[in-house]
Amino acid sequence: MPKLKVDGTEIEVENGTTLLQACEAAGAEVPRFCYHERLSIAGNCRMCLVEVKGMPKPQASCAMSVNDLRPGPNGEAPEVNTRTPLVKKAREGVMEFLLINHPLDCPICDQGGECDLQDQAMAYGIDKNRFAENKRAVEDKYIGPLVKTSMNRCIQCTRCVRFTTEVGGVEELGAIGRGEDMEITSYLERAMTSELQANIIDLCPVGALTSQPYEFKARPWELTKTETIDAMDAVGSNIRVDSRGREVMRILPRTHEDVNEEWISDKTRFVWDGLRTQRLDRPYIREIGKLRAANWKEAFLRVAQKLKGTAPERVGIILGDLVGAEEAFSIKQLADALGIASIDCRQDGTPLGNAGGRAGYLFNSTITGIEEADAILLIGTNPRLEAPVLNARIRKRWLKGNLPVGLVGEKADLTYSYKYLGAGPDSLARLKDFDLSQKQKPMVIIGQGALARPDGAAVLAAAQSLGGVKDGWNGFNILHTAAGRVGALDAGALPGAGGRSTRDILSAAKAGDLDILFLLGADEVELPPQGTCFVVYQGSHGDVGAHRADVILPGAAYTEKSVTYVNTEGRPQMTRRATFPPGEAREDWAILRALSEALGATQPWNSLAELRKAMYEKAPHLARLDQVARADAADLAALAGQGGQMSGDAFASPIGDFYLTNPIARASRIMGECSALRNGARLEAAE
Amino acid sequence: MSVRRLDPVQPESFAFTKANLAWAKETIQKYPEGKQASAVIPILWRVQEQNDGWVSKPAMEYVADMLGMSFIRVYEVATFYTMFQLSPVGKKAHVQLCGTTPCMLRGAEDLKKVCQRRIHPEPHHVSADGNFSWEEVECLGACVNAPMVLIWSDTYEDLTPESFEKVLDGFANDRPVKPGPQNGRQFSAPEGELTSLTDKSLYSKDRTFQRIEMPPPAPPAAAAPPAAAAPPPVAPPKAPAAAAPPSNAAKPVTAAPETAPAVKSPSPVKTAEAQMALAKAEQKAEATATPEKAPSRVAASKPEEKPVAAKAPVAKSPDGKPELLKKPRSGRGDDLKLIWGVGPKLESMLNTMGVWHFDQIASWGKAEIKWVDERLEGFKGRAERDEWVKQAKKLAKGWRPDNAVGEKPK
Amino acid sequence: MLADKDRIFTNLYGLHDWGLDGARRRGCWVDVKSFIDKGRDWMINEMKASGLRGRGGAGFPTGLKWSFMPKQVGERPHYLVVNADESEPGTCKDREIMRHDPHLLIEGCLIAGAAMAAHVGYIYVRGEFIRERERLQAAIDQAYEARLIGRNNVHGWDFDLYVHHGAGAYICGEETALLESLEGKKGQPRMKPPFPANVGLYGAPTTINNVESIAVAGTIMRRGAAWFSGIGRPNNVGTKLFCISGHVNKPCNVEEAMGIPFRELIEKHCGGMRGGWDNLLAVIPGGASVPCVPAEQIMDCPMDFDSLRNLKSGLGTAAVIVMDKSTDMIRAIARLAYFYKHESCGQCTPCREGTGWMWRVLMRMAEGRAEKREIDMLLDVTYQIEGHTICALGDAAAWPVQGLIRHFRHVIEERIDQYAANPDHAGAVRLQAAE
Repeated sequence: MPKLKVDGTEIEVENGTTLLQACEAAGAEVPRFCYHERLSIAGNCRMCLVEVKGMPKPQASCAMSVNDLRPGPNGEAPEVNTRTPLVKKAREGVMEFLLINHPLDCPICDQGGECDLQDQAMAYGIDKNRFAENKRAVEDKYIGPLVKTSMNRCIQCTRCVRFTTEVGGVEELGAIGRGEDMEITSYLERAMTSELQANIIDLCPVGALTSQPYEFKARPWELTKTETIDAMDAVGSNIRVDSRGREVMRILPRTHEDVNEEWISDKTRFVWDGLRTQRLDRPYIREIGKLRAANWKEAFLRVAQKLKGTAPERVGIILGDLVGAEEAFSIKQLADALGIASIDCRQDGTPLGNAGGRAGYLFNSTITGIEEADAILLIGTNPRLEAPVLNARIRKRWLKGNLPVGLVGEKADLTYSYKYLGAGPDSLARLKDFDLSQKQKPMVIIGQGALARPDGAAVLAAAQSLGGVKDGWNGFNILHTAAGRVGALDAGALPGAGGRSTRDILSAAKAGDLDILFLLGADEVELPPQGTCFVVYQGSHGDVGAHRADVILPGAAYTEKSVTYVNTEGRPQMTRRATFPPGEAREDWAILRALSEALGATQPWNSLAELRKAMYEKAPHLARLDQVARADAADLAALAGQGGQMSGDAFASPIGDFYLTNPIARASRIMGECSALRNGARLEAAE
Repeated sequence: MSVRRLDPVQPESFAFTKANLAWAKETIQKYPEGKQASAVIPILWRVQEQNDGWVSKPAMEYVADMLGMSFIRVYEVATFYTMFQLSPVGKKAHVQLCGTTPCMLRGAEDLKKVCQRRIHPEPHHVSADGNFSWEEVECLGACVNAPMVLIWSDTYEDLTPESFEKVLDGFANDRPVKPGPQNGRQFSAPEGELTSLTDKSLYSKDRTFQRIEMPPPAPPAAAAPPAAAAPPPVAPPKAPAAAAPPSNAAKPVTAAPETAPAVKSPSPVKTAEAQMALAKAEQKAEATATPEKAPSRVAASKPEEKPVAAKAPVAKSPDGKPELLKKPRSGRGDDLKLIWGVGPKLESMLNTMGVWHFDQIASWGKAEIKWVDERLEGFKGRAERDEWVKQAKKLAKGWRPDNAVGEKPK
Repeated sequence: MLADKDRIFTNLYGLHDWGLDGARRRGCWVDVKSFIDKGRDWMINEMKASGLRGRGGAGFPTGLKWSFMPKQVGERPHYLVVNADESEPGTCKDREIMRHDPHLLIEGCLIAGAAMAAHVGYIYVRGEFIRERERLQAAIDQAYEARLIGRNNVHGWDFDLYVHHGAGAYICGEETALLESLEGKKGQPRMKPPFPANVGLYGAPTTINNVESIAVAGTIMRRGAAWFSGIGRPNNVGTKLFCISGHVNKPCNVEEAMGIPFRELIEKHCGGMRGGWDNLLAVIPGGASVPCVPAEQIMDCPMDFDSLRNLKSGLGTAAVIVMDKSTDMIRAIARLAYFYKHESCGQCTPCREGTGWMWRVLMRMAEGRAEKREIDMLLDVTYQIEGHTICALGDAAAWPVQGLIRHFRHVIEERIDQYAANPDHAGAVRLQAAE
């Protein structure tokens, strides 16, 4: 472990540490623009210059490894200085160069208030302008509907180029021309195609790349910041919701090394305008074929009346993708109290949770485990669409080299190369070309596309037999797409004895064997036609479920309530309320509690805290927030032999349109635009 | 350089001719497998030659597909390198006029006026008849023949406005003048009579060369560069008249001009000085970058800089060579990084040397440490200073730190 | 003056056959096998002993550079790359080697390849040298034909040599930018460390040498390191191609001994100064990147690395740009500033922004449309660029301006005074560099 002296303080750092990191470890602040921990080192902004004793020129601390320093003649620790006049002058010089061609438009710049250039100019710049020439003018570029460019402000740090190439895995941004005429652009101003593209907004240290939908909407200092969890996919990305008054203004990523590092998908970031539109802001009741506004009392009464005359066997409950663990636990309790056995949280109809314990439905290797994997087999999944941030992690591992990736399922551009092994279950039987038995840490990743089908259980059994489990390593992984699924499974929202599963509930409804269907935020199911059975919909958005509903109970969206989401690897995380639900809409646990009273089966809790206490008794691991409760790999053996024969049908991705996977996204204009753009591009390509 | 944009009017498509396609495939073969992107500049250049002197959008995409590159990367290359024309040029001639200082001093600005008058007032515009276009470019590397222009593949040098007009007339009439200097001189030789290379014997069939060996090391001077295969010269030459000592090693002495008294041979004083200076330069140079084109200041200044590899090359003792392995035993070497002071760099250096295991290092004595130390480019003295042997002994016994950054195996 | 028989480039002016027969008659390819047979260490030591300092501008000892290559070839192959991206303004020596004595270069490549255990060499020729490239390729084809290089050649060291070319970017003469360009990317210099000898072309150990440094290797070995190191002055030995351009009576290329006094160089080979010695104003002695030296200092200065460094300038590529008293120094340097603005790769902030700034200020100063305090400001800007960039282009852009202010500040001040006294006058010169 090399030792060095930073500003007189001697420290010891790990091999391979950069000078910049070493300086920070020693408590010295080093300004930088181009350097970013998660990107390759460019060393071009020259802001991080420090003085190294014995070297005539100041050195770019981001690019130099402590191992490159040489000890003094008697073995003294090398000395680095960040506060000498030489360094100060160097920083002032670089800062002046950065500013001479930077426009003075801070008052109308969206980056204002959170701009690295502003901050560092204050800290390290000089207060005079010596530049008497005209400033450079650069044409703005179109690089897609999400990222707005203002290229006059660009300081050519190339973070955006490096991000799209390295993390995004799409070579779409570049720096054309050279010298002072160097410009960042996409190829002939085409829209970028990465699902992670908007992260370049955060990476851009200046206001050159800003959020198009957020354009001129707010200033950072007037926003209330709420740290919470994303619900757009099952990764559980850590986010910060910035709101003003009742409105969510924007969503930004938070750093969580084990989950999303510091990236979020475009859907996570830009879904916020969907939180404002198509909202269910008061209860509705269908009368003579038409929905009319009602009050809570009327709505509850209507549900109670209907239930009273119906046998519990003729009632079905389906939970949607965004349901929190508390809500799942609560409705399961209510169902039990009412004797309803037909309840299912798997609205897509997978067999997960039927057997194999928790290990049977978790991403057991964990997301960080991907970085240790030595082989990955993807079955019926397109992680790029199902979990873009997790896909970036696979790419990160792949870039390090020596990672064979195999795919059974739909061919797609995953941003890394893979061996295509076949389209459907029959390929699983002949994987000779992709032998996992010799690997130490292989991963088998099974997508919902392989499970949400009648032979799902058989596929699961076949995948289990592929040998992903080794001593001390569980490589059996289910990649979920629904934020609420694992939490609901943990809470036990599954059919009781003799109860129907989703598929059976729906077919029973169609066949007239069901009288009441209760949808808790379930919109991605094929509903029975009008008039066949009585549908209660509880949820936040006027989507498929609400359109069919006979009673609508307006709930809260994920930014408006505190619930527990367990991500695909089994990590419970809790959201926080950033804004209030609109109108008369209420938090879902409270609705269920009130409903239970109206049904005469009052739930034994009066507050969310009491509800949680009851839930933690049943599933204690949910209380340990942000800790992955590992599942026992031995349980997986129970999966074997389940489900009988596999069909020959090819696996299909569960995600038809990445941008429109849930009611909130479908209500978002921005997501609609992205979707249209992508589908348009697809059409064009097909022609 | 100004902002470079693709021409607004673009052709529908581009494809190489059969001959060019074959050439392109051959060119790609010049580079190692998987490195076909290396061929992007030569291939874009061939595109430009086929495409009437400019690179079009479909052509860029064609090249990108051919080389497995993304469009943006080819676009970057095409806009970075200024010889790629991004819009159409004159049909008969595109004049690249060198305007950098050496040409400017000898009248490039007058040539520019000719271009402005005859072709177009602005560069990068095609003349009214579509036959000519021009641009001012940076130094074309024919400075002693300034001022000069490059048209297509040929240079026209030593121009005056008058002779330049003739060159242009030649292209206009499809009878180009002979390339090269336009004032009748022989390439870059001084005008008129030659001032050097006049000795006819240089070009005679019988010319032979004879090695002049380095003088033997003058005691007590330390090291003389060994000329192993050559026998030591009889005596250091004392004066030019003594000429070079005949050496049997290289070639039999003939009536070579070298034996003439006029031949400069090294005076011992000079050589010794030169060696000292050289040794100094070596010391200084170690730590510094070596940009080819930069002035000497970078490499050869700052005497205060401490010599890094200060140890003079010590005479190699053949028995200092430790036991080395071609391959790690059982295919896998020990993690030498567990030794404090050994990073990935040093580890790979040791591996290259043939050191893979702790027990190898543990077995070293003084001579071996020295032998290894001498070969640690840039890390000399580490093995001893960090007590590798002591550490390795412990590690060889199976001791391991708690984690990769754990305590030192002392 | 150097005797003809001590000249290495005996076909410098293209008066003789450039091909293999002619080259052999002039001594090229003679004895090469015996050098290679003596082994890597011998060849490297011979280069070290010769005292040859790199001819590409930085003057780094060539033998030492060769010795940086790993002693053993590991998994990654070794590469030799020859820098023929000659584009330093004032320099046109490698061009002559490639078109008139190409076999000396090819011979040198084989020797250098064998000395560094490289089986593959690339010669990166600047894009503008089209005919030179063709000639070099023809010579390489001859060498392959005669089995001098290639697999199973007569010299016993397998060696493939390829010609690669650029397309108009001065920065590709910087060794790591050249590697980037050779890999098919934009020519943007890499950070060092790691140095190319460890991580170079395609991530493999690589040595990059100038054409002239490589082309003299064969002759040095044929005639002995002692012969080469006996020419010139201590630490500045050997012969050197000088390119004398500008206001001399007969500009030319010539091979001379290192350390030849400036006056002798001009008198002997260039027909003297245009308008006599009293007419000499200043000289840029080593290509555009070094500061200019005023007449009285350069007149009798030996032309070598150390003597010119003492004048705060440098030998660089030995491209001597001579300027007489008709020269407008501010415009001459402003044109160089434009050159650097044009050729900056755009990577590092100080160079990208600073080169354009310097050029614009100098343009105004050439007219006199500036203020005197801006002279010091300009000087300060040059120091803000110098030493703060990844590669040496930033330094190279700063030095000519520093030289101008160091020696010709009074000219700038006079120009400013003139303009201030008569702001409308039409005589104010305008630099018309195309933007």
